[in-house]
Amino acid sequence: MAEFLQYLFSGITVGATYALVGLGFAMIYNASHVINFAQGEFLMIGGMMTVSMLGAGVPMPLAIVAAIVLATVVGLALEKFAVEPARNAEVVTVIIITIGASIFLRGLAQVVWGKEYHALPPFSGDTPISIGGATILPQSLWVLGVTVVVVAALAWFFNRTLMGKAILATSHNRDAAQLVGINTGLVLLISFGLSAALGAIAGIMIAPITLTSYDVGIMLGLKGFVAAVLGGLGSGVGAIVGGLILGITEAMAAGYISSEYKDAVPFVLILLILFFLPNGLFGVRGTERV
Amino acid sequence: MRGKHVRAWLAASAVAMASSGAIAADTIKIGSFLSVTGPASFLGDPELKTLQMYIDQINAEGGVLGKQLALVHYDVGVDADNARTSTKRLLEDDQVDVIVGGSTTGTTMAAVPLVERAGVPFISLAGAVVIIEPVKKWVFKTPHTDRMAAQKIFEDMKARDITKVALISGTGGFGKSGRAQSTAVAGDYGIEIVADETYGPKDTDMTPQLTKIKNTDGVQAVLNFGFGQGPAIVTKNYKQLGMTAPLYQSHGVASKKYIELAGDAANGVRLPGSALLVADKLADDDPQKPVVIGYQTMYEKATGTDVSTFGGHAYDGLMIAVEAMKTAGSTDKEAVRAAIENTQGFVGTGGVVNMSAEDHLGLDLTAFRMLEIQDGDWVLVD
Repeated sequence: MAEFLQYLFSGITVGATYALVGLGFAMIYNASHVINFAQGEFLMIGGMMTVSMLGAGVPMPLAIVAAIVLATVVGLALEKFAVEPARNAEVVTVIIITIGASIFLRGLAQVVWGKEYHALPPFSGDTPISIGGATILPQSLWVLGVTVVVVAALAWFFNRTLMGKAILATSHNRDAAQLVGINTGLVLLISFGLSAALGAIAGIMIAPITLTSYDVGIMLGLKGFVAAVLGGLGSGVGAIVGGLILGITEAMAAGYISSEYKDAVPFVLILLILFFLPNGLFGVRGTERV
Repeated sequence: MRGKHVRAWLAASAVAMASSGAIAADTIKIGSFLSVTGPASFLGDPELKTLQMYIDQINAEGGVLGKQLALVHYDVGVDADNARTSTKRLLEDDQVDVIVGGSTTGTTMAAVPLVERAGVPFISLAGAVVIIEPVKKWVFKTPHTDRMAAQKIFEDMKARDITKVALISGTGGFGKSGRAQSTAVAGDYGIEIVADETYGPKDTDMTPQLTKIKNTDGVQAVLNFGFGQGPAIVTKNYKQLGMTAPLYQSHGVASKKYIELAGDAANGVRLPGSALLVADKLADDDPQKPVVIGYQTMYEKATGTDVSTFGGHAYDGLMIAVEAMKTAGSTDKEAVRAAIENTQGFVGTGGVVNMSAEDHLGLDLTAFRMLEIQDGDWVLVD
């Protein structure tokens, strides 16, 4: 039982990270039907910026805020200078632009911050908490707590504010939204800014656990993308559930089957789910009206 | 475009030939190809700096056999094809007297057939055992091997009466090779590997693997063979799970960076490292002490960066070649080769080198020091 709990804790922690990354994918997908492959780089910017600010003697809370602000600015700039000029292009073209942006940001980070790994100190110590024979780090609780807060905040934003509703409206039908007076260009800009901030928050939260470096976004971005697809692209709940499923199966596979197959088992599971539910667990069934 | 390149190249090589022709008579050419850029730049960069620094110093002191040394270097990244082309140029165009280079095993092995055919002494700076096993007539190397690291670790375990060991290794090249060597030599020390777990090079959480090890009966110690950030995460997870069996790491993480990343969790971890890491902590009568202190001081003064074991390998390679030329009294290739093979009692940064016709590395286990991390610093165990 203790070992099951341990695998579960490990899975939930890792899964919550994937979920936060997946949420960022979902948000931009909603506003533009674009998959932003630079999402992982926002995590990297969040983590690395916090590390370098701390190194410069800035107190932790201020460093975190600065890192989130920087990532948001990068997100906005990405939309303004790379995505917006291509607004009349095919979705695929825009996706390729985001891949280019991710390579550019990684290269820039290598030059500015170097190629080494860095550790961020945990927010509230590293004395493990023991529950039922298994242990969990306080930092994992931070990750989980922040995930819950972020999800609640996003739910409020999308359902209770005018801007949130405008984003939702744009995601349902861009032309109609424009007709009723929604500035869809602004919606897209805000989506990029929000998802960059979200990525940075995820990157900062997990940096004490996973360490951070210029290329930390590649793998986490990929796993977050898988989480988003698994849950149904564009669905917030889907990204969360998808991330948790991915994280927990990985941990269980490593624990009960073999660490050699740790990465294979979740992917087999994903293939199965997508085979029976091609739109993901919570995806809207695509209806093409002619 | 193309024609322009060719012309530029012709002009450049004409100048190069003219200049090399003029000074060829009174210089000794040290050829080198290193991974100065790309993913292995952490190897090639300090190696090149070391070669340049010491060749300048030797020249300032009057050179070797009354001649000045000239370094001919090509950056090959981690590209084996490029290494082959560059070696060809070193051998045919530059006509070097000896080659000291090859940061990675891949680039080294690409050059081996060429130097064997051309008959030019080649001292490699790469890690793997395959470079010198089986013995190749013209090929030598200076860095210790991962098999020796495994042996050193098991020797220490044996001294602590540990017989049942759990292995957790990365699936990258370094971890894979280390795992294979560890499994191969464990039996020689009466050690049984009772658990064998792996993790991916980019994994961020190893608690499931460690939980399995924790629940395996009779584990007396855990050995982690890996490179990069993985071992630091393993060390943190190890502490999180409250595991108390001694944890061993490999020489792959023998740097201050590892201590910095793993933090408090690194306390008590043991690993084999070269004397260079603990230069100032060596006993005063240690034969390596003056060499490593000298190298460290010179490197850190010249470059302003921390000394690395990799640069030390280049120092050893260059000095072995230079000593051999002095012994041979000429730069005749066969004479120099024979002199390198007969190197005895050479004290380098990697250890005391005693080569023979059967051993083109010449290091024994004393080349490694068993270190323990205490309060964020290295402490010599033996």
